[in-house]
Amino acid sequence: MESFRFCFLMLTIAILASPALSDLVLSKVDRRRPYVLQIYLTSHIVRISSTVKVENAGPEKESLVLLAFPEQQAKNMAYLMAAPHEGKGKVKNPVVALPVKAANPKDMPAALTFYSVSLPQGLAEGDSFTFDVLAVFTHALRPIPEQITQADIQLVLYQDSAHYLSPYAVKVQSLSVKLPDSRIESYTKLENTKIHGSEIKYGPYENLPSFSYSPIAVHFESNLPFAVAQELVREIEISHWGNVQVTEHYKLIHGGAQSKGEFSRLDFLARPIVRGASAFRYLVANLPPRAHSVYYRDEIGNISTSHLRGDSKKTELLIEPRYPMFGGWRTAFTIGYGLPLQDFLYESDGKRFLNITFSSPMVELVIDALIVKVVLPEGSSDISVAAPFPVEQWQETKISHLDIDGRPVVVLKKTNVVPEHNQFFQVYYHFSQLSMLREPLMLISGFFFFFVACIVYMHADISISKSSASYLAKRQWEEVQAVVQQVQNIISRCLTIHDNLEASLRDLSRTGNIQACKAARKAADGLLKELSKELKPLLTFLQSSPSAAQVEELVAKERELQEKVMVKHSTVVDGYEKKLGARDIENRVALQQQKLTALRQEVDDLLEFIDEI
Amino acid sequence: MATMPASASDLLKSFKLKTKQQELLIRVSILCLVYILAFITRLFSVLRYESMIHEFDPYFNYRTTLYLTENGFYDFWNWFDYESWYPLGRIVGGTLYPGLMVTAVLIYRILRFLRFAVHIREVCVLTAPFFASNTTLVAYFFGKEIWDSGAGLVAAILIAICPGYISRSVAGSYDNEGVAIFALLFTFYVFVKAVNTGSLAWSLVSAFGYFYMVSAWGGYVFIINLIPLYVLVFYFLDWVKHMLSDTKLFQAFLRITVTCAVAVGGIALGLGMVSGYISPWTGRFYSLLDPTYAKDHIPIIASVSEHQPTAWSSFMFDFHILLFLFPAGLYFCFKRLSDATIFIVMYGLTSMYFAGVMVRLILVATPAVCLISAIAVSATVKNLTVLLRSKNKVVQTGSTKRSGGSQSSSKALLDQSQPFQKNGAIALLFGAFYLLSRYATHCTWVTSEAYSSPSIVLAARGAHGNRVIFDDYREAYFWLRQNTPQDAKVMSWWDYGYQITAMGNRTVIVDNNTWNNTHIATVGRAMSSYEDEAIEIIRSLDVDYVLVVFGGVTGYSSDDINKFLWMVRIGGGVFPVIKEPDYLVNGEYRVDKGAAPKMLNCLMYKLCYYRFGEMMTEYGKPPGYDRARGVEIGNKDVKLEHLEEAFTTSNWIVRIYRVKPPNNRCEI
Repeated sequence: MESFRFCFLMLTIAILASPALSDLVLSKVDRRRPYVLQIYLTSHIVRISSTVKVENAGPEKESLVLLAFPEQQAKNMAYLMAAPHEGKGKVKNPVVALPVKAANPKDMPAALTFYSVSLPQGLAEGDSFTFDVLAVFTHALRPIPEQITQADIQLVLYQDSAHYLSPYAVKVQSLSVKLPDSRIESYTKLENTKIHGSEIKYGPYENLPSFSYSPIAVHFESNLPFAVAQELVREIEISHWGNVQVTEHYKLIHGGAQSKGEFSRLDFLARPIVRGASAFRYLVANLPPRAHSVYYRDEIGNISTSHLRGDSKKTELLIEPRYPMFGGWRTAFTIGYGLPLQDFLYESDGKRFLNITFSSPMVELVIDALIVKVVLPEGSSDISVAAPFPVEQWQETKISHLDIDGRPVVVLKKTNVVPEHNQFFQVYYHFSQLSMLREPLMLISGFFFFFVACIVYMHADISISKSSASYLAKRQWEEVQAVVQQVQNIISRCLTIHDNLEASLRDLSRTGNIQACKAARKAADGLLKELSKELKPLLTFLQSSPSAAQVEELVAKERELQEKVMVKHSTVVDGYEKKLGARDIENRVALQQQKLTALRQEVDDLLEFIDEI
Repeated sequence: MATMPASASDLLKSFKLKTKQQELLIRVSILCLVYILAFITRLFSVLRYESMIHEFDPYFNYRTTLYLTENGFYDFWNWFDYESWYPLGRIVGGTLYPGLMVTAVLIYRILRFLRFAVHIREVCVLTAPFFASNTTLVAYFFGKEIWDSGAGLVAAILIAICPGYISRSVAGSYDNEGVAIFALLFTFYVFVKAVNTGSLAWSLVSAFGYFYMVSAWGGYVFIINLIPLYVLVFYFLDWVKHMLSDTKLFQAFLRITVTCAVAVGGIALGLGMVSGYISPWTGRFYSLLDPTYAKDHIPIIASVSEHQPTAWSSFMFDFHILLFLFPAGLYFCFKRLSDATIFIVMYGLTSMYFAGVMVRLILVATPAVCLISAIAVSATVKNLTVLLRSKNKVVQTGSTKRSGGSQSSSKALLDQSQPFQKNGAIALLFGAFYLLSRYATHCTWVTSEAYSSPSIVLAARGAHGNRVIFDDYREAYFWLRQNTPQDAKVMSWWDYGYQITAMGNRTVIVDNNTWNNTHIATVGRAMSSYEDEAIEIIRSLDVDYVLVVFGGVTGYSSDDINKFLWMVRIGGGVFPVIKEPDYLVNGEYRVDKGAAPKMLNCLMYKLCYYRFGEMMTEYGKPPGYDRARGVEIGNKDVKLEHLEEAFTTSNWIVRIYRVKPPNNRCEI
């Protein structure tokens, strides 16, 4: 869209159909408005904008108008658009562009290339129609001299015709050439040539015959960035998790006059305007609003010289190549950014479509070969592309994270791309919502199987020889360990019971409830008996093992402890039954208590010791 | 009512009974945390800078890894590299240790197979941290094998953050050492395991570990020498033990013989070297045995900063408290002498010696130092906690005995000495934890400040405290890559050879491989000659561009002017035309007005200071003030006849000159 801002200038040409094409009829110039053919040389992209009024002078209805370009120009033509003229000199609605096709009419000079514009309605005799034509050319400025030093300014030459080249007769026509605000080395002077600041005006010329040609050449200074991307690969990857990732790989060259001789950093530092006039230091990219995670790097790493400014309307990225770009110098880099999915992905008729701009966001960049790759999510089908201009197209697959059979990639290729091509295009495809769950499920099941494998490994016996001595010993040792652990378990439970008994004694001293205390002892007694029963088979099993001695000692000590605890318990309860004083009872059990403590310590130590085996 | 608390306490007991499992759980989770810690502490470089390859050698490794991924192993093995050592070339496949590249490519392939679409660069950057993490695991098992699992855990933690190891294994430092330390420790661990168990399987694993180590790093020589030495000592001790069945006598004998053996060994080596019997080793190994060897004989080895003898400060910097824990650990090892501890002691002592000889061998000593220190820490803490715990028990039993009354007082009398001891133990424990926390902070600081710089990108603090990045190296290399003919030959000092081939993708005359001293000397000679003499050498080497590194504008001190004397020495070592005294004034190296005339007019001086005389570098100083050396240069009117400035980076750090074609002959 942006490109059309440049098109507020226009030119009119009244075209008279040449007798050769006699069926077409002629046009008349609207004198009140000064229609001008304008050539814009203010950038390294040449734009020729014209307003044409055609009139049918013949008897037959005509609906096609031919536009002619010399072969030299046609070779460099990147973009051609015709749209009905809407007055006021502004093309506002490019949507209603008129269809333009390459034409190959008979009996025409071979050195010309023709395009035909189809008018909305056929023109009857005497009818007229006004439309605008915008033609964009790349590599049309020739640097002369071809090699310059660091201190020189860059001069370029532009050649064209002052007369509107057309197969029809032209009634009235004028031409204006806009140059950048700087020096004009020389220009062709014809009749009616005027110069206004940085604008050269030719004409108006009246009643020109068909195919009239009047060569002009303008030689002028142009230090604007001659940024040419020899190759640009744009990869647009859609993730239905909410992101459109755009990655752009640039191979850039300064397409102006080749630099020769020394490059002096000192001069460049001291007077960059004078001693580096032809170089460009930075590029500007206008990214869509809400672009995030922007990066700028090249093959050997991150490039730290970039600035990002953003507001709600756009995000402006200013990038500086690693070194100032002089004529003929190359660089290569990659920029990448993420965009919110909902801004670019829509649904219609059960199909999803991506609606995104085709070309690079860089300002005034010529792209010799542009490859756009749209990477759709895995499992997309029924892919179709709607592009506003013809492109080469094929499909690939790309294997990215967690893909099994790869993501479908639509590849679009176009050569000779200018900012005017930065229009929206659409990629339609089918994608089921369920496919989104594929990758998380894969991850989950991957982890699940990993853990299952771990569990199986921990529990399975993967020894090869089940009869080898070491294997058997190991098995036996494991069994012994298990039994020892069981013994420990039982002993600890015994100790807990002892603690409970002690607790019951404390309860007794507080409440004086002898019955409850007795009941507690009975319960404890029963439990202890059960435990000792449990212990028996384990001990017989352990008899032959190396740790038998310790275990047996432990059991013996515990038994002693058990007895002592019982004795102490009964003594205290007895004391209470006989209604003895607390101090008295304490004195009675003091000796027992001391032994108990010592025993308990021993048992604990033994337990710890066995634990460490 | 009564049964409820019983069952609750039962539950508690059944929980308590699973102390083994609890311990296992704690151990595994600590190990996992250490594993992660070892990885993420090495990511400082990625955070501070970016995910990039560091320094010099890693660029070669990265380049070869790329080649391996693109062309496969067979081509890699037969790779003859035309891009380096022009016009000689280099047989790459036969002159490198492929272990690192093969490992990285293997990881890359596995990840690709698991459908992770990673770039090989990311794999290369993260290889060293990944292997450092694995090393912590090995350290744990090793520690467990020689002492107990507590020592293993401490060893894992210590090695995870030890600066001596981090210096070579931060993300991006894609070098042989990254995987080799893992291989080294793994081989040793499995070897000790084999010694302890007598199992054939472990010895087989040990052999494979050694094989991997040999494929990865030249340091394998250490293993191949240490193990026979160990076996010798082992047999000897066994024999002595057999002879002197009395342990006390044995211990005394041990002490005497160890010192004697070291002394005799040293003398024998000295004699062997002097008499020239030991000679099949290269200069680097010579300098291992005799630290002064390189300085006197091989300037090319002496010129590398990492081959210098180690200063005490760098020991302190890299080991911190481990330096004090190391002797303590040795003490514990001697106290509990076993096959495994003898091995670790030998490993520790020999590697410590080598670390003293050459800075970069601190790396080899690091695992041993960590393990032995871990033994010290673990044994001390264990002793202290045992002391504390036993006391707690007494206190506990005392409290239960409170009903016991007067009887407890007798026990208390027994314990009277203990409260003091207990306090002491607590104080010591706190001291230990304080020291360990100091160690942790030191390691983190060192990692973030000193060892995470990629040295390709230089960072400095600006006048307002902001961070200024000097990315001049990559600026220059990328310029070379994009704006010079594909077959251009670049002459520079050998330090930058690997980087120029990897990042600039251009042919170099000499690089960091330094296999041909004469070739390097030729470059040194060209740099130290007058321009019209140098141009003959430059033309004979078919050089298109000459690259120099210059820090005069930024104050970057490791530039070519500061390295220049080594060029003179190395050049002079082969071509006697170049004499070091010609470049010195009264033995002093200067670049200002008082400099030697040969110095002021040699090619290196001219290339570095071309048009520098017009440059204002610092406010209040005359133009041509060299900030790296702090002087005003002596020759401000530098004219070049055969070379022209092709490119200078924005901070002047790298300057590239184009060799002009010979003038047409007009007068015949």
